[in-house]
Amino acid sequence: MEKIKSLADLKKMQDGLRAKIDLREKSNDPDKRIQVKVAMATCGIASGAKEVMEVFIEEFTKRNIDAVVTQTGCMGYCYAEPTVEITKPGNEPITFGYVDVKKASKIIDKYILNNELVDGIIPVNYETIDNK
Amino acid sequence: MLVCGGTGCHASKSDDILRNFQDLIRSKGLETEVQVIKTGCFGFCEKGPIVKMMPDNTFYTQVKPEDCAEILEEHVIKGRRVNRLLYQDPETKEYKSDSKHMGFYKKQIRIALRNCGFINPENIDEYIARDGYQALGKVLTELTPEATIEILKKSGLRGRGGGGFPTGLKWEITRAVKADQKYVVCNADEGDPGAFMDRSVLEGDPHTVLEAMAINGYCTGADKGVIYIRAEYPLAVERLKIAMKQAREYGLLGNDILGTGFNFDIEIRYGAGAFVCGEETALIHSMEGLRGEPTVKPPFPSESGFLGKPTNVNNVETYANIPAIILKGADWFASIGTAKSKGTKVFALAGKINNVGLIEVPMGITLREVIFEIGGGIKNDRKFKAVQTGGPSGGMLTEKDLDTPIDYDNLIAAGSMMGSGGMIVMDEDDCMVGMAKFYLEFTVEESCGKCSPCRIGNKRLFELLEKVTQGHAVMDDLDKLRNLSYVIKDTSLCGLGQTSPNPVLSSMDNFYHEYLEHVRDKKCRAGNCKSLMQYIINAENCIGCTLCARNCPVDAIAGERKQAHVIDQDKCIKCGACMEKCKFNAIFIK
Repeated sequence: MEKIKSLADLKKMQDGLRAKIDLREKSNDPDKRIQVKVAMATCGIASGAKEVMEVFIEEFTKRNIDAVVTQTGCMGYCYAEPTVEITKPGNEPITFGYVDVKKASKIIDKYILNNELVDGIIPVNYETIDNK
Repeated sequence: MLVCGGTGCHASKSDDILRNFQDLIRSKGLETEVQVIKTGCFGFCEKGPIVKMMPDNTFYTQVKPEDCAEILEEHVIKGRRVNRLLYQDPETKEYKSDSKHMGFYKKQIRIALRNCGFINPENIDEYIARDGYQALGKVLTELTPEATIEILKKSGLRGRGGGGFPTGLKWEITRAVKADQKYVVCNADEGDPGAFMDRSVLEGDPHTVLEAMAINGYCTGADKGVIYIRAEYPLAVERLKIAMKQAREYGLLGNDILGTGFNFDIEIRYGAGAFVCGEETALIHSMEGLRGEPTVKPPFPSESGFLGKPTNVNNVETYANIPAIILKGADWFASIGTAKSKGTKVFALAGKINNVGLIEVPMGITLREVIFEIGGGIKNDRKFKAVQTGGPSGGMLTEKDLDTPIDYDNLIAAGSMMGSGGMIVMDEDDCMVGMAKFYLEFTVEESCGKCSPCRIGNKRLFELLEKVTQGHAVMDDLDKLRNLSYVIKDTSLCGLGQTSPNPVLSSMDNFYHEYLEHVRDKKCRAGNCKSLMQYIINAENCIGCTLCARNCPVDAIAGERKQAHVIDQDKCIKCGACMEKCKFNAIFIK
């Protein structure tokens, strides 16, 4: 194994290793970051939710966007799958429907980076226990 | 997926859980998407084994190896939480998925335990990713030893092993002594009954201790470090060995560390589990291969310690704080805590408390918050009676002390001490005389026998307590107990004897009425002292089935068939077998 020869080397090495625990660091306080939840029930997966999720994960890493991507169960909008719920810190969650790979990139460009809305927003039609 | 690999969870099969997850993941071809990591202790040992899911931060408790398939199938693949394995709030009965919303974690601040339950302790890369060895790098390249010691002094860090001596000052004293060879020692001889703070740090984050020892070496002028650890901590020893090997491979231990010309290496010495070896002079003698006996100070180890050379001894938890202080600054650390006790303290919660486990709280938190909010209150809704802090050297604190902010000085003022951080909670079913006797029994066994007040005095003290619990004591004995306690405290050689009567004195101060009841009324209100209880058969309920008589191991029960039976109190050994067997509730304890 290569020895670490200076503090600068150690720091460089840390930068390389950070990605390893990045997921854990972020999960400690997800509410401070952009959260992306991809509905991954049977209906979602069948309509391509997995590919959509991969787009989010890859793009976030590529563009260095501080966000947490998680999967959830069926949100109930099976007609509009794949569906993705995005929560920006301090904002109400917004759910997008019919998100294919192309639309996922569009959501990143417009909503996540520039706060512009994209077509296909599904109005919230239920309350969760957390909100009560 | 983070799976707890601390000793507690390890004992309840967390290794099988880990293996099951790995097998399942492999069989489903998910290796590239799911990673299983074995971590150190999460602290919530009561509900172990713990499995934490990332990135949605779900906290599963009491997971069994056979639950793995369901977690993988439901949580990982389908994205549905397995509700039955979530933590259930004991009051609201609500399921909490996120540890942040659990009372146990709400009031905690984790500095010494910052990496426990987060990184894989057997992987140096994860430690480095979390700023590991950067404090050492900073000290070696940017700070002089004096400036580093100044940071520690300003931070207000005090020894976490119990004494509370300012760490920066200790380093300064060792640095000032001139010698051709100096040593740095880590005291990992954690011996208090019910204490497992240091073990958890070593098991969960061994590198932080190695890093801090190297910093200590740089500041005091030592190039050799020794970790004195009890052989009863096999997991901690194993992880330390792995950590040392990895650090050497990266050149973070050894010669010319980070190209600065600084040399430092560490070796491990095993203790045989003698309580007195936590005392630094006894510890040093044991390291030298001699009997673990203390010697009079001065000379202090900082002048003449290991092999007669200046030696700086610090405790595991003290070390664990140091890298964080160097990186985040003295002011940050000093902003946490009370006027004279800075930072946090790790406590091991044990006894009659709902959430047995390991916690790290800011100094100045009250006992009430620790016991009732973090600890979740007393088991089985019983009433709180006392809490013992400081182990066998500490004292019992009661209801009236519950709102005292915890710090070094307040605990001493209240008649106990910080100690290393064991906290044993007692309820109304615990007899206070019996508790004092329990601790005395421990010190009698652990006394090294070098000085007579401790060797003979504690033995006599124990015998007096035994007399009280057996109902043979007279009022005069209570005075003797107190006087003998003072003599032992005043005349013993080392900390062990100087503090061993504390449980007796503090229980006499706070629960004198219980002593009185034992002596005068021959009664134990908690029903713990066997000699003072009587099993009695209620003739009205007894139908004479003879079941009790047939089960009595000493034939103490007599009576005709279909007639009420009677227990011969002289023969009875109070085993309780009769009461257990009786189907008619005819036997009671008086």
